[in-house]
Amino acid sequence: MIPVQAAFPVSGGGNSSNAVSSAGNGTNDLPGSDLSGTEVDDLTPEQLAAQWEEEKPPAAGALANVGSSLVVIGVGIGAVVLSIAMGLGTPSAPQPGLWPFMISCVMVALGLFQLIMGRHNRDAEKFTRMSAAPLTGLVTLAAMVALMPIAGFELPALVLCIIWMRFLGGETWRSTLLVSAVVVAAFYGIFVMALNTSIPHLF
Amino acid sequence: MDFLNPVINGFAVVLEPMNLLYCLIGVVIGMLIGVLPGLGPAATIAILLPLTYNVEPVTAIIMLAGIFYGAQYGGTITSVLLRLPGEASSVVTVFDGYQMAKQGRAGTALGLASIGSFIGGTASIIGLTFLAPIVASFALDFGPAEYTALALLGILLVATISSGSKTKALIAAALGLLLATVGRDIFTGENRFTFGSLELADGIDFVPIAMGIFGLGEIMYNLEERHRAAKAPSAVANVRPSRRDLKQASGAIGRGSVLGFFLGILPGGGATIASMASYAMEKKRAKQPERFGKGAPEGVAGPETANNAAATSSFIPLLTLGIPANATMALMFGALLIQGVTPGPQLVEQDPGLFWGVVNSMYIGNILLLIMSLPLVGIFVKILRVRAAILAPITALITLLGAYTINNSMFDVTLVVVFGIVGYLMKKFGFEPGPLVLAFVLGSLLESSLRRALLVFGGDPLGFFGRPISATLLIVFVLVAALPGIRSALAKRKAIVPAGTAATEIKEKV
Repeated sequence: MIPVQAAFPVSGGGNSSNAVSSAGNGTNDLPGSDLSGTEVDDLTPEQLAAQWEEEKPPAAGALANVGSSLVVIGVGIGAVVLSIAMGLGTPSAPQPGLWPFMISCVMVALGLFQLIMGRHNRDAEKFTRMSAAPLTGLVTLAAMVALMPIAGFELPALVLCIIWMRFLGGETWRSTLLVSAVVVAAFYGIFVMALNTSIPHLF
Repeated sequence: MDFLNPVINGFAVVLEPMNLLYCLIGVVIGMLIGVLPGLGPAATIAILLPLTYNVEPVTAIIMLAGIFYGAQYGGTITSVLLRLPGEASSVVTVFDGYQMAKQGRAGTALGLASIGSFIGGTASIIGLTFLAPIVASFALDFGPAEYTALALLGILLVATISSGSKTKALIAAALGLLLATVGRDIFTGENRFTFGSLELADGIDFVPIAMGIFGLGEIMYNLEERHRAAKAPSAVANVRPSRRDLKQASGAIGRGSVLGFFLGILPGGGATIASMASYAMEKKRAKQPERFGKGAPEGVAGPETANNAAATSSFIPLLTLGIPANATMALMFGALLIQGVTPGPQLVEQDPGLFWGVVNSMYIGNILLLIMSLPLVGIFVKILRVRAAILAPITALITLLGAYTINNSMFDVTLVVVFGIVGYLMKKFGFEPGPLVLAFVLGSLLESSLRRALLVFGGDPLGFFGRPISATLLIVFVLVAALPGIRSALAKRKAIVPAGTAATEIKEKV
């Protein structure tokens, strides 16, 4: 879905293992690595891949791997415990817990493997100042879900649009207010008037 | 030619005005959403799933096929005009497509891409028409043991072919399987992992998971960054490629069709691999390979043809075996299940109208794409000028309100937000969401076939190796699973040898 992730197997289109290494750790030896800001338009595929690699948010450290592995192990162990509580039975006469038990054991094993072998992986992304945007987005979404049954969808949707456009997107107040109003009106028209759905609405 | 009768009847289904209309709507909306930067076909289909709810199964699937093609082409448009690939399979299009746009030939690039997509797609459908019934009849003998092995292999292949860490992809798949067990156990009727919630007792629906992880997760991930530099080029003129361009690209289109068709049948990211392989092949074959990356028409036509051919032929494992080959097909699988259609070897026999309706709707989808894309390019360029800041809340709201309309329940909306968070965090921590959704879709099939097979074998897991097909599939499974280990061991050995020679050299120097 995103260019950066897909960038590495493509440079040159040929030997993919070479491409991986050149995009992964060798951005410095590529001629395109010093072009930030200057002539970005005339790039060879290799330079483009290197540039995508550079624009990628900073990689998270070892802590991210430990953290995500521990979450996986935690979920896995929880599922193991719950599966045992449901009863395992035997392969020929299984109880409901057997299949989830098998999956969660695999999950714990994979989590442990990732914890140890994935130490040097740098495929996680660091949370930066930019991560405040999705967090804000998340809060507005959650608020909207909470408020919709009480207050209808119109006002929460309007607030969500305003916050996303003005504060997350840096639009001007004028266009924010104008577009938000039009968007909410359009949704009202489509979901309430045209499709006649039972979406909670105020008006 | 008896077997062609149902094929022809399928055309009658497709050509009903209602179905044509829905196919058209699908293509247009698919392109509209697919053209938004960062949203590829999987996200587009996920966001638009609620649209297909209240229509007939055949119509719904025809519309989905339209959405799929439209979204695929939408990604091409952003690749050429903005240098932003909408999805992995149009990454290589960027290299020459954007250069062509820089030279004022954006129209030619888009025109070539759509003509190539049309030819590749059509060739692939013809291949599918002949190959699918054969595969299906072969698969008719498959019992639970074979299905267990096939589903396991499918999940493993998708996880190992994904671009990130294999272990993480497998973890995602395991999570997907676990999520599929939530709800009532089909054999004993006991509740599993419901934590006393009535809403969870029926299990988690596929749609909120797909909409959350692919749709909302992707939108939130895009909020953080990155498409800030996107600026649409001034004008797109001359969409119709000249005869010279067509002649230059025709070889690439032909090769791309064949290559794409065969690579698409294999499980795991068919379209992506096909487009990359086609680009590499064209570059290797070219008399002046240095033209590539500087606006060579073959560099656009070949990969675009191949990815559409592959996207089409990846319907073969879905429609004949009931095993989706990649994340997008997993969404199609889920959409079919919602319509009460279980894809599998029986589908051709039991419901030929539906089967051939779906297959033939792809012709229509392709033709509509060709007709629509060329004149509508101007409109899409206008959409691209709309800033991401405005589009993001609109798509988020479409997702939330759409999720509500599925069952008229706020619980589904909550699930979408929850899985949106999961999807966002997964992307952040380097876990691919595709294997999760795929494994979730296959989860209940896998569990029930495994349990049935074990009943047949009297609880002896070695029974799987007593049947030739399941044994073969499982051996392939083990090989694929062990491959990374073997490869890294070999790589280590290789690495030790040069290191050793280097050490001796240094010694000699000293």
